[in-house]
Formats: sequence, structure tokens, C-alpha cells
Amino acid sequence: MKRISGLSRALVTTSGFLALWWVFTRITSVPSYMLPGPWSVAQALWDQRDLMFWSAIVTFGEVFAGLLIGTLLGAAFGLMIVFSPLMQRWLMPLLLLSQAIPVFALAPLLVLWFGFGMASKIVMAVLVIFFPVTAAFADGLRRTDRGLLDLAVTMNASPVSVLRHVRLPAALPAFGSGLRVAAAIAPIGAIIGEWVGSSAGLGYVMLNANARIETDVMFAALFVLSVMTIVLWVVVDRVLRRVLFWVPDTTGSV
Amino acid sequence: MADTHILPQPSMAAPPIGASSSGIVISDLTLRFGARTIFAGLNLTVAPGSFVVLLGTSGVGKSSLLKIVAGLARPTAGSVTTADGETLSGHVAYMGQTDLLYPWLNVAANVTVGARLRGDRPDRDRALHLLERVGLADRAQALPSELSGGMRQRAAIARTLYEDRPIVLMDEPFSALDTFTRARIQDLAAELLSGRTALMITHDPLEACRLGHHLVVMSGTPATLGPPITVRGATPRAPDDPEVLRTQGRLMTLLTPQAAP
Repeated sequence: MKRISGLSRALVTTSGFLALWWVFTRITSVPSYMLPGPWSVAQALWDQRDLMFWSAIVTFGEVFAGLLIGTLLGAAFGLMIVFSPLMQRWLMPLLLLSQAIPVFALAPLLVLWFGFGMASKIVMAVLVIFFPVTAAFADGLRRTDRGLLDLAVTMNASPVSVLRHVRLPAALPAFGSGLRVAAAIAPIGAIIGEWVGSSAGLGYVMLNANARIETDVMFAALFVLSVMTIVLWVVVDRVLRRVLFWVPDTTGSV
Repeated sequence: MADTHILPQPSMAAPPIGASSSGIVISDLTLRFGARTIFAGLNLTVAPGSFVVLLGTSGVGKSSLLKIVAGLARPTAGSVTTADGETLSGHVAYMGQTDLLYPWLNVAANVTVGARLRGDRPDRDRALHLLERVGLADRAQALPSELSGGMRQRAAIARTLYEDRPIVLMDEPFSALDTFTRARIQDLAAELLSGRTALMITHDPLEACRLGHHLVVMSGTPATLGPPITVRGATPRAPDDPEVLRTQGRLMTLLTPQAAP
């Protein structure tokens, strides 16, 4: 019941927004190269469906690979800085530095190093993702309930066993929060990469459409990108809920 | 400060002493944090099979003492051994201030968590049998978050029994429960833990008088142990037992500072 009403609420909000948009373009007669109406965007989406589909596949591939590598890297860094004080001292400044430099500024360099293909976009996505995952996971690992650890020690658990059976499961909810953030921001990295230099993907479509003042195509690509991001987030959220069945409801459902 | 209190076997209703029974010998235990001495030269011997309750106000160092006995913290000096002079590691089961159930494991898996942690095969039948004894047989598949505070504490007792260690250490184990649930859990704990050596800390004089064979008051800075108070009668004692009421009054006087704080 609750999920249906949530979905219908989203539909009502979206159609209300579309109606406002349509009315606005009608009464202001703003030129369509500035703001195309919803109808012409839908038209562009349908006309360019093949291009949109294949571009979305490319961008999704970059986002997915970036998410996977970024998550693994984030998990590894999280473990390292929690369990090795030496690593924390030497790695932490580097991690912070990687976040202090805006990815936008790095993008041209990454394209130069990794080429116009998917690799530079994946690296970009990894760069935006891994830090939230590292920070959330490290935080979760550090906050393990002292009592649970003490109990495990009195039960003669080895440190490896404590890590596997106590610290990792206890840190999973925090790791999940990091992953949710990562799923939401991963497309940003990929799109920035495509803007700076690419030959495929939704960012490439947008850039081309912008240059040709095909604003309706640009909006259509933007629409596809948002749908992709939302679906990705919802899937990640659902999987996390399934895995973290024991955590009392944490975030609002979509 | 270094006075030794040897606690005898409980004179009445002496619990049976199995071959696995073993006592606790605390000798010359000192704990300092920097320049601050929490306690120095503590000596206490808990005879096998007796239930000793350590009472004291908050912050006196009871929990630190219990953590050292449990092997979770190191003393500055002194030692804790069994009566045979062995280390306590592997002989103790620990119950903390909360139930310490792992929230991602169901009740049955929580009872056998020790086996899991040591890499042994969990004995599911034994776990179900123990859950039956604590009255939770029908909740074996439930998650801890689905249980009431009293039920969670019952599950924690079943887990402690599953470990089957001769010594049970308890750090205010029932303090999170309401008065009436606490009384019922105390009855259950006294019944199921009888025969084991138990060292419990609490700041609840009623709890101490209902469950303990011997009560030891920890007070002062640095903290010292008072002479043991022996409470007669089989445990768990009724809350209105004259011995309980009398000892409770005595403890209140001992633990409440005479002068205004």
C-alpha cells in the first residue's frame, strides 16, 4: 500500500511539474532553443531513441564499472586506515588531497592520460565515489559496539574471526550509507568525463546537442540520465535493504 | 589495603561442585591511569561454586576490576588466576551491561555465537534445549530487535550457558530492565547459574541480597574492598526475606556517604 502511494505521489508531482513547464513555455513564448516544451523533448527522445539507448548503455557501463571499482577501493582503504595506524598516517593526507582537488580540474588531465574512451570516465567516477565509501566504512568499523567486541574476546575469538563475524557485519549499515551516496553521485563523475572529451555516452550527446543548439535533444539526454540515476539508486537501496534486513528502517523509502 | 578476604563455601545450600568448577584468585591487583590510582593491592578469593556480588557506587572502579578479571583489560600490577594458578582465559563467560546480542543474528544463532567465533560447528540442538530452559523455545528464529528487554536478557543467559564455562562474570547484567522483569530474570539466573562460580557487580542492593552468597563493598579513592558480608539462605531469596531486608539496610548505610557530598 505504502509503496503504491509513494509511486503515485511521485507521478502526481512529476505530471504537475510537466504541466507547469508546458504552461510556462506556452504563455511566455520563450524560443524553443532556450527552453523547449515537454512535448518537443518527448518528440526528440522518440526520434533519437537508438542514439539515446546506446549512449545510455555506454554511460551506464562507465557508472557501473566506476561504482564497482570505487566501492572495492573504498572498502579496502576503509579497512586499511582503521586497522593500520601507519596507513592512516600516510594514506589519510593523500585521500584528503584527492578530494581537495575538484574532479573538474582533473578531468582534462585524466582524458589526456586515459584517453577518450571509457577508461578516463571510469577513473573519474571512481574518484568521486571512493571517498564517501571509505569515510562511511571506516566510521562504521571504528564505531563497533565495545561490548560486542569484549564478548567476542571472552569467547576466545581470534582477531580475524572478530573482524569477520563482528566488526564487518556491524559496519555494514554505515558502508551501505556510503554506497547509497556513491550510487547517487557516480553519474556525475562519468558525465564530467564525457563533457571534457569523449566519442560516446549521454554527456557526449548533450555536448553535441548544445553545440548545434538542439536543446530538446539535450533535455532528452538529461531525462534519460536522471531516469538511469534514479533506477540505479533504487536498485542499490533495495539490495541494501535486503542485505541489511536486521537494521531498523533507516532511510525513507522511495 | 592489602587485607585478604578468603570467601568460604556458602554454608547453606552449598551448590554442587563439579569437576569443572574453579574459583577466582585476585591478588595484589593495582590499576592506575596516569597519576590517578583507581585501586591498589586488591585481594579477593572467590571459592569455586560461590556467587559473589561486588557493590559500589558508580565510577568506583567495579567495571574496570571486572574487565581485568575477564581478561579484557590489563592491570598495572597484580594477577588474576584460577584456584589452580591458571589464567582465566577460556574459563570465563561474560555478561555485559546490555544483552550484547548481535543484531544481525537470530536468537538461536546468538546462543551459539561463541562456536561460530571460535570456528567450531554450532550445536543447534543444545541451543534449542537451552532456549527451552529460558522459556524462549518459540522465538529461536526471531531477531533480537523483535524481542522485549526481558526476552533479550533470557537469550543472553542461554548464550552464557551455551558457553558452559565454570566462571560467570556479570557487569550489572540486568540494570536495563524494569524492576519486575529484573526480579524474574534474577530468579532465572540464580537457578540456571547455580553451581558455577559467579562474580557479579551491581549498584542495586536488593539484587545483591537476592542473588549473592557473599557481598563485597568496593568504595573510596583509591578503592578498597570491605570485609565480605555473608547472606544466609538459598538463592534466589524472596524480596521480603528478613535476611534480604536486613542486609539491604546495612548495605545502604555502608554505601551512602555519611557527610553531605
